[in-house]
Amino acid sequence: MSTSTSPEKSTVKEEIVPSLPGEHIVEIVSDSGEGAQKCGQSFAAISAKMGNGVWTVEIIPAEIHPPSRTIESASGIRIRFGSTKVTNMGDEAELMVALNEQVPYARILQKAYKEGTIMLLENKWATDQSEHIKTQYATALKDFEARGYKVIEIPMEVECLKIIKSARKGKNMWVLGMLCYIYDRNLDIAKNQIRHTFRTKPEAVIESNLLLLQGGYDWAADNLDFQYPIKPMELKEEMVVMNGNEAVGMGILAAGIEVCSMYPITPATSTSHFLAECIENSGGLIHQAEDEIAAIGFAIGSSYAGKTAVTITSGPGLALKNEFIGLAAMGEVPLVIVDVQRGGPSTGLPTKVEQGDLLAVLYGQPGDTPVITMAASTIEECFHFIILARKIAESFRTPVVVLTDANLATGQQPFPRPKVCKEWFSPPIDQSPWKQGVDPYEWDEATGLSRRPIPGQPNGMYTLTGLAHSKEGKPSYDPENNQRTTAYRSKKLATFKNTLKPPEIHGDKEGDLLIVGWGSTLGAIDEAVDRVRAEGGSVSSLHLRFLSPLEPGLKEIFSCFKKVMTIEINYSDDVSDPVINNDNRRYSQLAWVLRAKTLVDIDCYSNVEGQPLSPRKIVRKLQQELEQLKA
Amino acid sequence: MYGLKPDILVDLPEKYFCLTDYEKVAAKWCPGCGDYAVLGNIQKLCRDEQLDPAKTVFVSGIGCSSRFPHYMKTYGFHGLHGRAFPVASGIKWRRPDLHVFVITGDGDCCAIGAGSWIHAIRFNIDLTVMLFNNEIYGLTKNQTSPTSRMGTVSNTTPRGSVLPPINPMQTTLGVGNVSFVAQTVDWNPPHLYATIQAAHRHKGFSFVHIIQRCPKFQSDLVEQFTAGKDKLYLLTGNEGVELDDVVIKSFDHTVEHDAHNINAARSLAEDPDNIYLGVLYRNTKAQRYDEYGVHNIGYTVEQKMEALNSELNKYAV
Repeated sequence: MSTSTSPEKSTVKEEIVPSLPGEHIVEIVSDSGEGAQKCGQSFAAISAKMGNGVWTVEIIPAEIHPPSRTIESASGIRIRFGSTKVTNMGDEAELMVALNEQVPYARILQKAYKEGTIMLLENKWATDQSEHIKTQYATALKDFEARGYKVIEIPMEVECLKIIKSARKGKNMWVLGMLCYIYDRNLDIAKNQIRHTFRTKPEAVIESNLLLLQGGYDWAADNLDFQYPIKPMELKEEMVVMNGNEAVGMGILAAGIEVCSMYPITPATSTSHFLAECIENSGGLIHQAEDEIAAIGFAIGSSYAGKTAVTITSGPGLALKNEFIGLAAMGEVPLVIVDVQRGGPSTGLPTKVEQGDLLAVLYGQPGDTPVITMAASTIEECFHFIILARKIAESFRTPVVVLTDANLATGQQPFPRPKVCKEWFSPPIDQSPWKQGVDPYEWDEATGLSRRPIPGQPNGMYTLTGLAHSKEGKPSYDPENNQRTTAYRSKKLATFKNTLKPPEIHGDKEGDLLIVGWGSTLGAIDEAVDRVRAEGGSVSSLHLRFLSPLEPGLKEIFSCFKKVMTIEINYSDDVSDPVINNDNRRYSQLAWVLRAKTLVDIDCYSNVEGQPLSPRKIVRKLQQELEQLKA
Repeated sequence: MYGLKPDILVDLPEKYFCLTDYEKVAAKWCPGCGDYAVLGNIQKLCRDEQLDPAKTVFVSGIGCSSRFPHYMKTYGFHGLHGRAFPVASGIKWRRPDLHVFVITGDGDCCAIGAGSWIHAIRFNIDLTVMLFNNEIYGLTKNQTSPTSRMGTVSNTTPRGSVLPPINPMQTTLGVGNVSFVAQTVDWNPPHLYATIQAAHRHKGFSFVHIIQRCPKFQSDLVEQFTAGKDKLYLLTGNEGVELDDVVIKSFDHTVEHDAHNINAARSLAEDPDNIYLGVLYRNTKAQRYDEYGVHNIGYTVEQKMEALNSELNKYAV
């Protein structure tokens, strides 16, 4: 591949074979602060608006401004888009754009590229003043070619400087223009997207970014001789495109929640950024508390006083909130808690995905603390589950935890535009007189449910307490009372479970292997199962949305398969390790729960690499399992 | 009839609340505990201010004094150790119609809940806060608290505590946006009453430091206080508390104090030798977070639907 400062056209000889017909995976990586994410998010939004299926994964450095031209500095985004619905990040990228030759190594470590991946590389480093950088560049170039990447060196800086004075801010939009040419994007949609992205900026900024877009597009048209027009789908209904944190925020608006009490924590915080812009128009407010504990305490106070509330956090914050979750369960205060999971334990991997909080939510409390727990598996579910969680919390007078994760949080995906309906919104608070003679915890024998008085209601006065209490709300140390009231609180989960349907099975209802998943891995697991089934493998999958209580009928479903295995993004022992045996083996989190619940010998496959699972990785595992089952 | 004009009836309240409308079960504190005096005076205050029990909420943390809400026939929230402030703030933030009181102890407020204490002062939400300071952990049975004097012998410091105490007045007055700070003692009921009344009437975070006895674990403090009567100074001045002359005369010393002067208030709080009773500081202009909290309450479902649709438009494909 030659450098392309001359007007000679670069060529890519071999046809690129995408992992599925009619789709491509593109990555843009740069130093932190160069705007690769903004470029990619815009590209994803443009593609979604044209009618492509889209899924994005952000590549986020842990620090704000790490030293440039290093692996730590790599910041960027992956966009998988195609002519059909896209549900996961896919396998290796077909094309990548790099603003220097060092940052791709962050992704090479994660096996993001393959032989044949096209690499569009900023070439200004080849002529850098520093000998060291020049050498680094030359070395990397050789290495990339040895790895089989099709490197095309591109004079991004030179071209941008023809349009603007400093290329550091703006090169991303030039790259966007180049990608728009390569993928034959509609330039009007692209221009509108730029106007939207920079809507708070002065007109001059918008103008120069539009010029950069056009500049990148024109340069590519003149200098590149390949294009991959990814055809859009025919959209049958109106769609919206957003990431999971925005969808959670949108769900908060749709649930009519009036108080969102939070403390900044990665990767949950951007929900509050979204809400800070708009929740006031909906009669709600954001409260940024002094710490995680106060954030949930404030939300509980608000909910106790009849204002529906949500608190949003991630693993370390969940750990701090635990005592209050126990109080909400004991005092029966409705509350929605969103946990955007990240890598743990402790501070762990703040910007990376893990499904590591399940057991902490289910069993992280002293005593018996039944908490309804659900997990969103798509961006769309991030929206609808908040509405559902608010309703469950208030109907069952209980805290409800909604689990999402870093993969959903920043991933963008189009989904059918929700048709807003009245029933989603919480009703105004009841201030009518409380019925005389009805106790604040008048538990129903059969269901464990009770109605709650709200301050302001005459005759309803009671004191909520975290102490064991009688139905009058009075502290009670009576042995029989504690046994009975603990049972009432537990019974609410049984009552709730009666409203659930058995999960749907993806694939045949019986066979050799059943994969059980939860959360953001849905798309990758289903795609892998489809690929293996297409080769004739007898494998099905099932994805759980409710984890406490579990959806019904699992044992019966499991009994129709020779083997059941969970696939998760959390830790489990490697059975090939000589130290690990059946006696000391520790399973992944859902596997523990399902084994205990069903007494089925459920296996698991999981890792804590902090990455979304790729379908290819799952396919390999499924093939291996099916072979073993045959043998 | 009887020469009465019928229109005087127009001003009669719908219901007149009596003491019994606030009294619940008999409290279970130790005999001689200072908490009783506060409870009686609070009930009297509620009656005198005619606070609707259905619109009144007592919020507490954990500790002897935090059992307080259980003894009031109002709404109550007996929550977690150290966490009364965020809960009370959440209750009041968007419910301007509720009267919210916070009951906290020296362990609850100055130790485990110190973080939220500082921030609650800064938020300046309209809460009436009473810190019951008996300088000891009572409910967990005799451990040194952050307000215990140096040398306090307890189960955790059998050879005497080794650090000087936190001074809650000094700390509160040191926080930005502080709004109302007063000090009283449990053994002077008229002063106690007048102080919590002034606190209740102040709009904002009204902090009342109540110096009180623990007959069980700090019994010698009672003697120290009563014997050291000459160390008690009554603050007078037009921003102070309203007291009968009889009560004023019961003090050996009075000091004229301008409660708007924060520097003067801080000097009084820092005085190691004497205790000043009354309102040390009052600022009605401090920014109130609950005023922000109520600026957009009461939206209809239709308004909320419109807001949601307008957000969805921005993300439409």
